[in-house]
Amino acid sequence: MKLISSLLAPAVAAAALVALPGCNPPGKSGAGDAGKSVAANSAAARTWVAPGQKDEFYLFYSGGHSGQVYVAGLPSMRHLATIPVFGRYPGTGYGYDEASKAMLGDYTWGDVHHPGLSKKDGLYDGRWLFVNDNANNRIARIDLRDFKTKQILGPIPNSMGNHGSSFVTDNTEYVLVATRFSVPLPKGRYADPANYEKEFNGMVSGIKVDPTSGTMKVGWQIITPPFDWDLGSTGKGPSEGWAFWTSYNTEMAHDNLEANASQKDRDYAAIVNWKAAEAAVNAGQTTMLDGVAVIDPAKTPGVLYYLPVPKSPHGIDVDPTGRWVVAAGKLQPVASVFDFEKLQAAIAKKDFESEFRGVPVIRYDAALEGEVPVGLGPLHTQYDGAGNAYTSLFIESAVAKWKMPPWSADERADLNKVVLDKIAVHYNIGHLVVGGSDTKKPYGKYLVAMNKLSKGRHLSVGPSQPEDSELIDITGKKMELIYEAFTEPEPHFAQILKADAISPIEVYPKAENDDPNAVWDAKDTGATRRGNVVEVKMIAIRSHFTPDRIDVNEGDELVLHVTNVEQTPDMIHGLGIVEQNVNLVIDPGETKTVRIKMTKTGVFPFYCTNFCSALHQEMQGYLAVKPAVAVATQ
Amino acid sequence: MKTFFLRESLFLRRSLSLRSRLLLLLAAVTVVAAAFLPLWQIRLVAPQYEEGLSLHIYTHKLVGGNHGQDLHEINMLNHYIGMKPLVEEDFIEMRWMPFAFGIFALLALRAAVVGRMLSLIDLGALFTYFTFFSLGSFYYRLYTYGHELNPHAPMTIKPFTPILLGSQQIANFVQTSLPQTGGVLFTLFPILIAGAIWFSRHEEP
Repeated sequence: MKLISSLLAPAVAAAALVALPGCNPPGKSGAGDAGKSVAANSAAARTWVAPGQKDEFYLFYSGGHSGQVYVAGLPSMRHLATIPVFGRYPGTGYGYDEASKAMLGDYTWGDVHHPGLSKKDGLYDGRWLFVNDNANNRIARIDLRDFKTKQILGPIPNSMGNHGSSFVTDNTEYVLVATRFSVPLPKGRYADPANYEKEFNGMVSGIKVDPTSGTMKVGWQIITPPFDWDLGSTGKGPSEGWAFWTSYNTEMAHDNLEANASQKDRDYAAIVNWKAAEAAVNAGQTTMLDGVAVIDPAKTPGVLYYLPVPKSPHGIDVDPTGRWVVAAGKLQPVASVFDFEKLQAAIAKKDFESEFRGVPVIRYDAALEGEVPVGLGPLHTQYDGAGNAYTSLFIESAVAKWKMPPWSADERADLNKVVLDKIAVHYNIGHLVVGGSDTKKPYGKYLVAMNKLSKGRHLSVGPSQPEDSELIDITGKKMELIYEAFTEPEPHFAQILKADAISPIEVYPKAENDDPNAVWDAKDTGATRRGNVVEVKMIAIRSHFTPDRIDVNEGDELVLHVTNVEQTPDMIHGLGIVEQNVNLVIDPGETKTVRIKMTKTGVFPFYCTNFCSALHQEMQGYLAVKPAVAVATQ
Repeated sequence: MKTFFLRESLFLRRSLSLRSRLLLLLAAVTVVAAAFLPLWQIRLVAPQYEEGLSLHIYTHKLVGGNHGQDLHEINMLNHYIGMKPLVEEDFIEMRWMPFAFGIFALLALRAAVVGRMLSLIDLGALFTYFTFFSLGSFYYRLYTYGHELNPHAPMTIKPFTPILLGSQQIANFVQTSLPQTGGVLFTLFPILIAGAIWFSRHEEP
């Protein structure tokens, strides 16, 4: 009987899998329950992904000043992988081989804030993830086929403090970026910061993305007054071809900003017609600045408008329909909802309140639909696609859920009525993310609150405390906090992607390896000397390196090409050379190269660093460096 | 005794009915198809190879599952126990096996045309001999691969014979060996021959 049931179990499981295509809902799994049982529909049941089960969504969250991107699963919040971008990462050997060293250049860190997924027709297409570097004005592209950083562009010319990034247009024509800081342009020019208003400038740029390869280059730039551009978003539907950024410091202060940049009741948002900017570049209505075609918005009407928004705003988010644009000012307890149709009408009627340096300022009331009293310190707004908006409240440590327009006359009379729910988060939330909020069809379901402080919510780890990300279920009338996870420093924004939207490769197919120094067979391995350069072609395979002995002389340069000839998933090999600071980690089917000057003499063991097989310990060899004296006397 | 021989020679001179000839035609098609389809499959399953590694044996080639990758993987694993890598070139059977299958197809067609019971009996006898010879040679292959292990290999295991039909445990692997489409068609061939004999057992000589 027992035998029969054990034979039937897989069949039943298989039948269940056939009946439930895609992922098993977490907590619903019979397999691997390990005897646990939780009340159905409890938070535990909804977030528990049983052993052997997989998450429903990917969560890509930025690592802030750690310079990396982290991948977690939802709803489990389990950390799955680290994608190194702007910093070395010994775990995958990123920043240790020649290719990634060249990509990183001289910078040892970056400040990743806002990941942006590539899109097609306003929906995620699962090809790339773009992330910005606020610190060194760069932008990077991660390929979701292998979860690797493929390109780092920058420092972007004429761009300082790449914070207002990475906002992807509907068909990934551009990733849009804007400057948080202003400096004398072109970069490298000196001017006294006291002459900030006159000598300093900001910049809004479109980074052009090649539709096939994804290769990025600077497309167009619009020079702006020295406002501090903050967050932005791209239009869709009726607002397709437009982009929006908030700014703080329209006061153009250059010192004691916390007070001096908070004097005005309104700051300007930039309303950018990027299709017009693209056309202006194609028509040659630009001047060259540091090798880039730059548009002067005063001379090229129609590319830039200003819109006043309440005091020191942070986020400006276009909703899934593309009609509503919500901006929130940290220092005012409201989210301002603008109607893109009214905005267009105001532009058509030239309903401007004034002009600033030749750029029209649209009348606030001409574009406003309403100010929703969401709470204290509103920063960012996300959408669930069901007509609701969710705004993070930094000061209040809460998320407000509110109803998007159209509003009834009754609601209009008192917009408190459209605020539907509020939930406490812990503590001081910055960004929040709802899957697909920046697309035409958000997933809804989950909201992740990325909180800046976590004090007291976890086992103490001393003063360097982790960040707290909280998972909120938004499927019901009331928001429900169902899980929290503590992360590396420091998630700013994140993107959520349905698990089945991508199918990453598990090995690099041998046929695709186009590295000229790749070898696949032991008989093709070996060393070649050209003058002082010794070039070694090596293969790594369970459980040996070929060759497993390298002979060089002091003063030589060793160029080592290692190909992992495995085609088996997870059969990663590493190559560490003791006391030579060499750390290659090579995925199956991959070739990596390192160049090292042989300055130390002696014999240096090398070994496989990434546990591969039963005889992993035996996977080793020797690098023998003969002293120059001994070589000379031979 | 004499009557037996008389009956036997009468039987062997019987001609074949239309139905039998059609069965022979079908038998020829079957054996040609078997020459192109996988005959046999060997699968290896272990905890870290849940999806299994598979080898597909054809009359003329050896193909690893997962686009050929499984053959590399099996050889990779086998190098630990000092087993010779499985290389298609080493299987000389794969050079004459398609030829042999072709001969059976031709003999079946010949019997269908000539239409004598005797050619059917010849065909059946020859086929039976061929089957046992092939299975024996396959078994011997498996035996030598499992017994001629390199004494300098990293791991020493007791020599073994991979199972020919069914499942067995080898170290951390469960090895399963089963016929596939080609193998099934191949076994259909003698049944069709037997059918052809049966349906013409009362035919006039």
